[in-house]
Amino acid sequence: MAYLELDRVAKQFGVQTVVDDFSLSVGKGEFISFLGPSGCGKTTTLQIIAGFLDPTRGAIRLEDKNLAAIHPAKRGLGIVFQSYALFPHMTAAENVAFGLEMRNVPRGERAERVRAALAMVGLAGYEDRHPRRMSGGQQQRVALARALVIKPSVLLLDEPLSNLDAKLREEMQIELRQIQRTIGTTTILVTHDQNEAMSLSDRIVVMSQGKIEQIGTPQETYERPASAFVSQFLGKTNDFAGTIDRTVVPTQLVVGSWRAPAPAGLSGPVTVSVRPERIGFGDAGLSAKIMTRIFQGNHWLFQCDSECGPAIVIRQNDGQAQPAEGDAVRLTWRPEDMSVRARAGA
Amino acid sequence: MSTAADERNARAPWALTAPALMLFVGVLLIPLAMTVMLSFHDWGQYKGIEPVFILKNWHEIVTDPYYAEMFWRTFRIAILTTLLTALLGAPEAYILNRMDGRWKSIFLLVILGPLLISVVARTLGWALLFGGNNGLVNKLLMSAGVISSPIPFMFTETGMVVALAHVMMPFMVLSVWAALQRLDPQIENAAMSLGAGPLTIIRRIIMPQIMPGVLSGAIIVFSLSASAFATPAIIGGRRLKVAATLAYDEFLNTLNWPLGAAVATLLLAALVLIVVGSNALIERRYAEVFR
Repeated sequence: MAYLELDRVAKQFGVQTVVDDFSLSVGKGEFISFLGPSGCGKTTTLQIIAGFLDPTRGAIRLEDKNLAAIHPAKRGLGIVFQSYALFPHMTAAENVAFGLEMRNVPRGERAERVRAALAMVGLAGYEDRHPRRMSGGQQQRVALARALVIKPSVLLLDEPLSNLDAKLREEMQIELRQIQRTIGTTTILVTHDQNEAMSLSDRIVVMSQGKIEQIGTPQETYERPASAFVSQFLGKTNDFAGTIDRTVVPTQLVVGSWRAPAPAGLSGPVTVSVRPERIGFGDAGLSAKIMTRIFQGNHWLFQCDSECGPAIVIRQNDGQAQPAEGDAVRLTWRPEDMSVRARAGA
Repeated sequence: MSTAADERNARAPWALTAPALMLFVGVLLIPLAMTVMLSFHDWGQYKGIEPVFILKNWHEIVTDPYYAEMFWRTFRIAILTTLLTALLGAPEAYILNRMDGRWKSIFLLVILGPLLISVVARTLGWALLFGGNNGLVNKLLMSAGVISSPIPFMFTETGMVVALAHVMMPFMVLSVWAALQRLDPQIENAAMSLGAGPLTIIRRIIMPQIMPGVLSGAIIVFSLSASAFATPAIIGGRRLKVAATLAYDEFLNTLNWPLGAAVATLLLAALVLIVVGSNALIERRYAEVFR
């Protein structure tokens, strides 16, 4: 049964539709990411759930209660803001205690829960620090503790890691996932970082221009992107122009000199998407020339000029000899590693 | 290594600031020092100013209760003006900050507009409205039968406080406005998501963070009100003197320059002490918000 349900939610500012026809049901304890470029409506959707914005159309239900009818202060959601929005005139402990105070939790229990929340995010001993005396990562943890201490029904995270440096971000991702697994809070994360969405979430909602492009597990969205936008946005991909030839038997999918049995249901011009790490160098296939070869430690990155346009190939550094710059190669991949879509025009 | 270059580098800041420094010394420090010295000179009805060093003027200010009363009135008016601007200006700035873009700029202009008009013109406006039997408001209210005699405004401390608060309001609003700009735009949402109602948000979250702005606005308003001349001169006239109008009268009417200089020096010293002292207190108290 759906725990949190958004039913055809839409938001308009004047004539501009920022979120359109957004339907999603979130299971209890699930970790969902809203992923998309800036301006795709993901933060707006989060703010609608939080109650800072009212939806123009549609319904939001939490455990079958109409959430839109509840005042934001009474929704009991935990929110971590991109800027953290900590109260600068209060210590870390006072920040975390604020939500409990508003709930009239008795003093003794309050102190105990604040201590436990700060310990959970690894800030034991920082109770009396003021936010401006803490690093970005520490402030982020205080914000997380403040949101979690009230035992929220849903935890909303608005790009919480985007202000941290790369190494810290990775650490916080792992920690966030562990904390979420331990306490089992239903969580919605808004992010534009596909790695963050993939490493943290149970399911990803890929958004573009206010619309949902795809909802699926990280593997599904990566391996079987539902649209050109998803395949471009999630990881690197090669798009080749191909054709399905139904004049020969059996029908063939032709991409340059690469050929395979045609998939059912399509004919004429198509776009073939293949991930760079799924392309190998073989004896037959798309003929290409290696323009640059970049060594990146655990893998090699090749930029090739193929007969169907530029192509990127990633090969594991498994100790095998790799082609050099200027070498002529044949690019090949297994039919199950590509996704084929009808191509407009042409 | 190259000491000549180092020396040149050390001299450069002095050379560059010299013009401004000379102006500063010439038009501020020297006249100020001369005023302080003047306050120790002697003066007589027939002999004029005698450049001697005596404590006569200071003795008179300290012992004559007239001066104590007058200084006490000056600071009482300044304090009340400050309180009035804070009570009206802080909410005003908060409401202004929450307005939509276009209305915000219109109302900001309404608040700042009066700064473009001379203080004298603004204060005379009050006199036109409330000045005795001929004041516009008094006339209207009296003909309507609401009041039987004019509202006491001219030559009263209340009138002076109201007129000064009107003149000083932009400084308070701007100062609180600046503090509001430093607020995290999501801070109210954060408090709301934790279960705080609107009043709690203002009392527990907004107020403590804009307090430094209110207090620095208060310092500006207080020091400007305590040394204000035009408004007290028009509203209070000769009947209700404050330090600035007294010093003016001593200089230009009695021609007792040394006594006027002593009043001006005392006012300056008191203001500097109060401003520096309260500033230090504020900075210590709100260290966490200022960082």
